[in-house]
Amino acid sequence: MLEDLFKIVTKRFNDDNTKTDAEKPKFKCPRCQNVITEEHYVELVKVCPNCNYHGRVTARERIMMTVDKDSFIEFDKDMKSCNPIDYPEYEEKQQEIREKTGLSDAVVTGEAKIKGSRVIIAVMDSRYMMASMGSVVGEKITRVFETATERKLPVVIFTASGGARMQEGIVSLMQMAKTSGAVSLHNQAGLLYITVLTDPTTGGVTASFASLGDIIIAEPKVLVGFAGRRVIEGTIKQRLPDDFQLAEFLQEKGFVDMIVERKKMRSTLSHLLKLHGYLPESEE
Amino acid sequence: MENETRTAWECLQLIHNKNRPTINDYIPLIFTDFYEMHGDRHYGDDGAIMGGIGRLNNIPVTIIAQVKGRDINENKNCNFAMPHPEGYRKALRLAKQAEKFHRPVICFIDTPGAFCGVAAEERGQGEAIAKNIAEFMILRTPIISVVLGEAGSGGALALGVCDELAMLENAMYSVLSPRGFASILWKDASREQEACEIMKITAKDMLELKIAETVIEEPLGGAHNDLDKITENIKEFLSHKISEISQKDIDELLKERYTKFRKIGEFTE
Repeated sequence: MLEDLFKIVTKRFNDDNTKTDAEKPKFKCPRCQNVITEEHYVELVKVCPNCNYHGRVTARERIMMTVDKDSFIEFDKDMKSCNPIDYPEYEEKQQEIREKTGLSDAVVTGEAKIKGSRVIIAVMDSRYMMASMGSVVGEKITRVFETATERKLPVVIFTASGGARMQEGIVSLMQMAKTSGAVSLHNQAGLLYITVLTDPTTGGVTASFASLGDIIIAEPKVLVGFAGRRVIEGTIKQRLPDDFQLAEFLQEKGFVDMIVERKKMRSTLSHLLKLHGYLPESEE
Repeated sequence: MENETRTAWECLQLIHNKNRPTINDYIPLIFTDFYEMHGDRHYGDDGAIMGGIGRLNNIPVTIIAQVKGRDINENKNCNFAMPHPEGYRKALRLAKQAEKFHRPVICFIDTPGAFCGVAAEERGQGEAIAKNIAEFMILRTPIISVVLGEAGSGGALALGVCDELAMLENAMYSVLSPRGFASILWKDASREQEACEIMKITAKDMLELKIAETVIEEPLGGAHNDLDKITENIKEFLSHKISEISQKDIDELLKERYTKFRKIGEFTE
């Protein structure tokens, strides 16, 4: 009996053509709980049609939608983390995620052009251990700023992170100092740094380079904060309002310059770069 | 250098001993002419971080410290040493003032972490910590930090970007409290002791990981057993380091400060 039932269920899952909308994989918006098919969500570039929540995209997708075609030259593609505090099964866990995501760690960095303007860009990818910052994220972000300082280029970073990479212990905490120090030197050289806060940006990344941009942009309805919501709820013993720590809340409190929709991000970045004198080579 | 060997768990019990000396015990014994300075000039005065000016062997210095309380009243004022953003902003204001008047900065770290609460988020806890870290890295005056008890997370690092980091022998430095670590990674806060042993958080670990440069020896049984002795050890360390660091060219010092943090991280290419 039960086996027959499983056969029917398996057949349904495997047979795409006969799937009705009700049977297709779904996306449930974490902000408004609205449900649409995964297919429709992807068509909408992962933006909720009901509440405008800007969902998580992969680093590759982000680079594709932001920079000029074929302009991206990746840095440090194969950098991999060691196991500084010998955390059990850390290497194995990472290997598994690497195979699943095709990433070597939680950030992709490189040089690219945005509508002709040269930039050094970094994009964090939440699929890799919640884009937590360990040795590799710290080193790659630091190199982003050092390279940009050397080449006299602006930096654009799309942040996303659960915070410090716990499995690397105190070494992960120190990456906050390392990256922020590199931001300071880039800043002293008079170069532009734009942060784009994406879902979710929290913990040690919020408390370091993500909060240090000359201009801080956020996507609509993304979560940005220092402490986790549950930690705070545990401290104050009550439920926090739904809009707590969303981009709009941060803007109201004075920590975000502007909230920009995904479809306007590329042109906004391009305008800001040009306003700071970073012109396409053809216009120089 | 250490005269006793303790596990991380034993160190944690020791630094949670309610008789362990706090910054309030040390200040009158280490410094003279101490004047406390209040407020961040933007929002308020945070009791979890105190700051001021005093003399160390006649040399004017700026002192910035996290404040632990011994009883419920003291802890009400210092919020169990968990600073709000205005505490970090006060620290930065005083550090900038020290830079202007060419005074070395001495930070005393003693916090389980920055406060996690609604007001802290509203006033930008993340931004406040980030700004301190970034500015301390380029502050054009010597900075020495001493971890007195526990140094937890970004809340500690906000006073920990320095030219020389010293740990009291039983002090610990961690990415998150062992309890928080167990709760995040294993969804079980009761595995605190196990977390302690795995995390590499003792003074000795900090030397090995090249995060701290010095361990300051504590009296037998811990700092609370002999306040005069531990004070003497801290003062001796500070006096020695201040005169050593103050002789360095400031650009050279800044380069070394940057390089010290720049080198931390383990990866392959």
